[in-house]
Order: sequence, then structure tokens, then C-alpha cells
Amino acid sequence: MPPSTLPLLNVSGLTMDFGGIRALDHLDLQVQSGEIVALIGPNGAGKTTFFNCLTGLYTPTSGDLKLNPPGRPEMRLNDLKPNQITEQGLARTFQNIRLFANMTVLENVMIGRHCRTKAQIFGAIFRTHQTVREEQAIVEASRAILEKMGLTSQADEFAGNLPYGAQRRLEIARALATEPILLLLDEPAAGMNQHETKELSHLILAIRQEGLSILLIEHDMKLVMSLSDHIFVMDYGRKIAEGRPEEVRNNLLVIKAYLGEDFIHA
Amino acid sequence: MIALKDIRNAIGIGLWFMFLTFPLLVIKVNPVEKTVIWRWNNMLLIGAASFVAYLVSHIILRRRDARQKRIRQGSEQITTQSNLLFLKTPKFLLALSCTGLLFALVFPALFSTYQINIMITALMYVVLGLGLNIVVGVAGLLNLGYVAFYAVGAYTYALLHLHFGLGFWAALPIGGLLSALFGILLGFPVLRLRGDYLAIVTLGFGEIIRLILENWNDFSKGPSGISNIPRPGFFGLEMSLETAIIYLYYLMICMVLFTIFVVNRLQNSRIGRAWFALREDEIACQAMGIDKTRTKLTAFALGATWAGMAGVFFAAKTTFINPASFTFLESAIILCIVVLGGMGSIVGVIVGAFVLILVPEYLRVFADYRMLAFGVVLVVMMLLRPQGIVANVRRTYTHKP
Amino acid sequence: MDYFFELLFSGLTRGSIYALIALGYTMVYGIIGLINFAHGEIYMIGAFTALVVSSVLSIYGLPLLAILVLTVLAATVWAAAYGFTVERLAYRPLRNAPRLSPLISAIGMSIFLQNFVLLAQTSDFQPFPNLIPQFAFMEPYAAIIGSTDLIILTVAALMMILLTLTIKYTRTGQAMRATAQDQKMALLVGINVDKIISITFIIGSALAAIGGLLIASHIGQINCSIGFIAGIKAFTAAVLGGIGSIPGAVLGSFILGLTEAFATGYVSSDYEDVFAFALLVLILIFRPAGLLGKATIEKV
Repeated sequence: MPPSTLPLLNVSGLTMDFGGIRALDHLDLQVQSGEIVALIGPNGAGKTTFFNCLTGLYTPTSGDLKLNPPGRPEMRLNDLKPNQITEQGLARTFQNIRLFANMTVLENVMIGRHCRTKAQIFGAIFRTHQTVREEQAIVEASRAILEKMGLTSQADEFAGNLPYGAQRRLEIARALATEPILLLLDEPAAGMNQHETKELSHLILAIRQEGLSILLIEHDMKLVMSLSDHIFVMDYGRKIAEGRPEEVRNNLLVIKAYLGEDFIHA
Repeated sequence: MIALKDIRNAIGIGLWFMFLTFPLLVIKVNPVEKTVIWRWNNMLLIGAASFVAYLVSHIILRRRDARQKRIRQGSEQITTQSNLLFLKTPKFLLALSCTGLLFALVFPALFSTYQINIMITALMYVVLGLGLNIVVGVAGLLNLGYVAFYAVGAYTYALLHLHFGLGFWAALPIGGLLSALFGILLGFPVLRLRGDYLAIVTLGFGEIIRLILENWNDFSKGPSGISNIPRPGFFGLEMSLETAIIYLYYLMICMVLFTIFVVNRLQNSRIGRAWFALREDEIACQAMGIDKTRTKLTAFALGATWAGMAGVFFAAKTTFINPASFTFLESAIILCIVVLGGMGSIVGVIVGAFVLILVPEYLRVFADYRMLAFGVVLVVMMLLRPQGIVANVRRTYTHKP
Repeated sequence: MDYFFELLFSGLTRGSIYALIALGYTMVYGIIGLINFAHGEIYMIGAFTALVVSSVLSIYGLPLLAILVLTVLAATVWAAAYGFTVERLAYRPLRNAPRLSPLISAIGMSIFLQNFVLLAQTSDFQPFPNLIPQFAFMEPYAAIIGSTDLIILTVAALMMILLTLTIKYTRTGQAMRATAQDQKMALLVGINVDKIISITFIIGSALAAIGGLLIASHIGQINCSIGFIAGIKAFTAAVLGGIGSIPGAVLGSFILGLTEAFATGYVSSDYEDVFAFALLVLILIFRPAGLLGKATIEKV
């Protein structure tokens, strides 16, 4: 893969204040196209806050969020609404699962297709040829994604009734349905057992294979170390280190701030 | 089944409610003649009623808890879909709608004008219920000022007729559109608000509209209202009162069918799915690329449209309107229909409207307790069956290769 | 100038009544995040209980002071009992339900209570005995401020001071503040959260009852639908000040009371209620957090 001149995602000087508390402090971060990038750090380091700024749920106090979608001019994401950011090609999952619990699994994924389709009230009422075709395409695309995620057999169940691991996968499926170029995963392995984590790691690699870039927050160090091309480490809202997995592993600052003594002996 | 402890608790509850209702239910003062009536029998009645109510609710709740426990332990399958599921099977639905439609068609031949009038009212509430269902049931936006849009529709027809001599058929679409416009005007600023604030702002809006209609005499003729609004015409044909009512009845049936058709299609569309998702989780919705404000606004405006058209029908039916028909209680009744029937369920809303409008009409004994019962319905449904009589069942999509 | 002062005091009187009701809204909202739609009805029930009890006692010929004390006692006790029961019955079982559920339940309760009083008593306006004595020393100022206004202002101020002290300095008050901040944490440190919520409803209801009693003897008549409008107005006041904040509720109430008094005095009395509603809509649109409230960010 030839290295592009501009990173896909370029975050510079990102700062977020809540009242008197600085949750993010001049954060710089880049994701290159096709990379799997991990964001790690102790609880409360500001990782999820960063995701929320990136996806438009919070408005950052200062700094820049820039996206360079392939074949399109650079986009500044700061002032966009969350749904516009999704349209630009960023899709996310949530740390504490936020599925549409009383809708079926298939419908959850179909919602993801919303921003890539355009049937309006008129089409819905009169069921024009175009709307019918679009609706069919939505179902087909959604089924294809479920197939890939191994959720086909549960397609008509309520999302809230799925087991935990399947719910996490459904969150990823739903995000994929929005056709992202950069996928943001917030602790995708949380609460999974070893077997499920392993499956997840295959899944993430397969997604990357399709040309997506991935930015993930994760506490499972084994997963992070084995998957990532690049790791950013945060503490108290600041970036304290970055580099390839082995560089981060040996960074004393990181060990001190985050991994702890045990990790060195392990 | 009932332990001694439960009996003791029930007695305690009975005594508590006897105490609670003592000053208001037992004592009745005539302040002018300075006499007091002591209604002790009420006290006994309340005591007995709350005793029984406690035991019954206790048994119901215990059964539900036991069932949930079994589900959690895995010894019973989760049946999220209700035991009234047969109401949703296509065969049953088809049979039911055919019978219903047949009955509706022959109804005027079998019953008196008085009955037909009641039926028209019930059908009007079906339309109102289905309209509010889009807003509250489907999109999860608690609109307590729904009656304002109803008023806009009714006054649109009344005023357009008064000043410009416009007829029913011209007023119907105008009433609907004007209500939609009001919905957008109100919705645009307030739909950013959290759910409970939205409830109270819409409530305030409903009251403002009513107060304006009541006080702005030059515009709306104030509390005395507007009379001599014509019933819908049929190519200028002269009709007797009875024929006109039967004609209105059939128009109302068409209106209901039209509403069901449109609402059903809307719910099963890209927009409808977005509404349901919005009710479930706003933040996840936005992250899925759904424009929150816009989606809410369409729900709000579409709901208002139905209220507006129902308002035109209302004005045409009663031939006289005044602001007293558009109080908060009216909004509460419509909300009650949606909640009782089942939020988001079309069949449910129709059932809810018929139950809540026809039962007090035909069981005159209950007529006095009508509003009291509406209050109870809202609370009890939330406590025992928040999904309503006929729960909304999600559609499954068959794969067409 | 007299007219101005008359309006000023009338506004302050209104404001203090609103404050007594608004405190209940704001306390309940602060602690369980629910708009207690039935709160206005509790205020109405307080007033009605006072009416019934005082009428009965005066018919049986008790001295004025005894009537006054017993009426105040009965109104607060029964209003508190109603508030307590409403919470236990209609809100507590729904504490973990979707947010729309308790709200609808609360609306149901409000409709129920209003119609309960309508059926149990009457829908007509009832004359309310003037329980507040006329003070001789207020005679020269009667055109500007009556004895009743003076009593209302004093009682309301006392109640607010008492409430503030309770919340600041007693163990219960401390527990209330802790519960409002973080229910789970409060539970973990051994606070009986259910009990604290009940106490909140009891205090709020008692305050509303005192408000109901004062305003009823000021206006001289009541009926079963006074709770609806008063409830919305007090809620407006609470939102104006910043819902969840106690000084905010008081501030908001006085602003609303004065606005109403001056608007009806100088502009038009036809639209008395429209001013309040319009104010409510405007605040929620432009400053939903209110004057003293903090904007909250939803956790994701």
C-alpha cells in the first residue's frame, strides 16, 4: 500500500473543557488510510470524550478535526452535526451498547442504511417504483452484512434479546451499514470471553481487508498489541506516547502511567 | 395463594385510603347553609375497594415477577410478543377488517341518527389517535398540546367559511396544511428540547392557542364561538339533516381508511423506521446518520396534519365551534387512546378509540366517571402493560433473492 | 405611584405563592428527574382540605385561633399524605422504566386527582372563609398592601428559610442532596434512597398545601381545577430559575409573579395566562437550563 501524503484523519490541538475540567488537552492524533489504530489509556483518560468530539456529540473547545476522504477534498469536522459526520464516512460503536432494543436485528442494520438512501414521505405513501426498489436494496444489503457478522439466524429477533457478544457484533454491523471509511470502535471486546475476543479480532482484520481504516479504544492489551499498526496512549486528556506496538510496550512513561509494574514482569 | 401477611397488608392499605380520602370523600359542607353531611358509607366503600384492589394487584404483580424470574433462569422461553399475537396474524386481521368494514357500511341502515352521530365522533377520535400515534407512539415525542392543531383545523374551516364562503372540500386540505405549518413553526424551536420539556412546552402551546381563541374576539368571535358552519356538500345537492349525517358518516369512514392506509405505509418506510429508532435512542440514531431535528419535525408535522383534518370534520359535524371544545382534557383523551391501545400499533389505537369513546357513551353509569377513568387508565397501563392492549409487533422482512 | 407599588406587592404575593409550589417541582425534579404533573393537584387538594376542615370547624363553633391551627395542620398533613401516596403508587414502580412512562403516569394521576375532587366534592367555585385576620396597623396602607398580602409574604419567607436550613444543616437534608447528586452512590453509602424520595414528596406537598391555603383565603374562592393552571405556572417559575435549583425556583417565582402583575396591570388582563405560557416557551427555547441552572451534558 503506497503511503498517502495526507493522513485519513488528522486531529490537531484538540481541547475539550467541561466547566473547569479539561477532559482533552491539546490532543494530536493521526490515522493513516488502511491502518488499525488503537487508543489506550487508563479509565477517565478522555478516550470516549475524544470519540464524542470526533463524532459531533460534543463540540470541542478548540483544535481541529480534519478528514481526508479518498478522492474528495479535505473536510473539517468540527462544526458538523453528528449525522453529517456519519455521512462523511465516520461510523462508531458505543462503549455501553446503544442498540435499538425493541427493533429487530435486521431493522437495526437497516437503520444504518438510512443516510445512504433517500426515500421521502411522498415515496413512502405512494410506494413509487423507486422506493420499492430502494427498500429492497436496503434489506438485501443489510442481510449481506448480517451474514458477514454471523447474525443471520437471529435476524428477526429483538436486538435487546441477543446475548452480549452478539449485541457487540450487531453494533459493528449497524456501523458498517453506513458505509464508513473510518470505523470507530469503543471497547469492542469489553465483556467478551477469550473465544469471542479472538473471533472479534478476525472480524476486525477482515473489515480492514475491505479497505476500511479502524480506530479503536480497547483495554484488552493482548488484542491491542496483536491488531494495531499504531498505538496512541492517553492520560489525563493528554497524549503521553505513540508508536508501533513494540515501541509503546517499552515506553517507560506508558508503563509508569498505565500498564503498571506487573506488566514489565509479565 | 394469599398469605396472612398479604391480608394484613391489604387491611393496612384499606385503612390508609380511608384516612386519605376522609376529608374530601366523607365530609361535604354546604358553606352557605352552614350544614355538614357526613358520608360514612363512602369511607367503607373506599376501604373495601382498596382492600380488594391491593390483593388483586398483588397477585398480578407476583405472577409477573415469577414469570420474569423463570425467564431469567431460562426455564421459560421469552415471549416478547404478546399473547394477543393472534390479533396480528394476517389471516385474522383480514377477517377482522372485512367484518369490521361490512359492519361499518351497513351501520347507518341499522341504527338511529343518534347512534350514527356517536359513531362519527368515535371515528374522529380514531383519526386523532392515529395522528397522535405518529408523534407519541412511533416517534416517542410526548405532545400534550395536540388539541391545538385540532383547533387550528376546526377554526380554519369556520373562519374560511365565514369570511370567504369556502366549502368543506376546500377547507379540508387547507386545514391539514395549516396545521402542519403550525406544527413546523412550533416544532422547529422546541424539538431540540428533552422529552419532558417538550411535553410541557406543547402543553403551554395548546393553552396559548385556546386562550387566544377565547380572548381575541375580532378574530375568532371569542367564547361565543362560530355557528352555522355547513356540513359537507355533495355537488350542491340539497340534503335532509338525516341524509347529511349519513353522508358525513361515510365520509368519515373513508377518512379513517385513508388515514390507516397512509399511516401504515409511513410506519413501514425508511422514515417510519427512523421514527421508531428515534424513540429508542436519540444518540445512537444520530450516530447512524439520522438527522434528529428533521426526522422529529416530519413526525410532528404529519401528526398535526391529521389533527387539522379531523378538526375540519369536527367543525362540519357540529356546525358550531367554540374554544371550550379544545381544552387540555381533549389532548389527554387522545393521549389516553394511544396509551391504552398500544403505542405505535395501528390496530391498538383503533381499539383504544372505540373503547374509550363508546364505553362512556353507552354505559351512562360510567359517563360521570369518564375523566376519572381516563386518569386511571393512563396510570394503570404504565404500571401493568406499558405496551398497550395490542402491542406493536415488529415487521419481519422476507428476503427476495 | 401608588398603583406601581400596588402592582409590585401583588406581584410579590403571587410570586411567593408560586414559590411555595415551585419548590415541590424543583425538589422532586432534582431528586428523581421527573416533572411531577400531579403537583398542582396536590396544591388544590391542600386548599380543598383546608376549605372542608375550616368550614366544619366553624360550623361547630370553634374559636378562630383553633380553626386556624387545625386547618393548617389538616391541609399539610393530608396534602403530604396524598403526595406520598402518589409517589408510592404511580412513580416508584416506574423508576427504571423508559422516561416517557412516569411522565404519562404523572399526567394520569393529575387527571385522576382533579376529577376525584370534582366527584367527591363539587365542580363549582366554593367560597373560602377568610382565615387571616385584618390587622389594624395595616389600615393606612390598605390600598397598596393588605393584611393578607403581608401574611402571605411573611409565611412564604419563613417557609423558604426553614427549607433552606433543613436542606443545609440536617442529616435528612444532607441525604437529600446526596441522593440528588448520585442515587447509586447514595445507596452505597447507606442512605435509604426510597425514604429520602418519600420525604421529598412529603415536604414538597406540605409546602404546596400551605401555598394553596394562603392563596385560597386571599382570593376567597376555589374549585377543583385551580391546580392545573397554578401547577403549570409554578413549573414555569421552576424552569425559569433553573429546575433542580432551590434558590432558582424562588427567583423564578418572583420574576414570574412580578411579570404577571405588571403585564396585567399595565398591558391587558385578558391574556394573564398567556404571559406565563409565553414566558415558559421562550425560556425553554433560549435558555433551557434556566437562570441559575447548569447545563447538563448527557453521558454517552
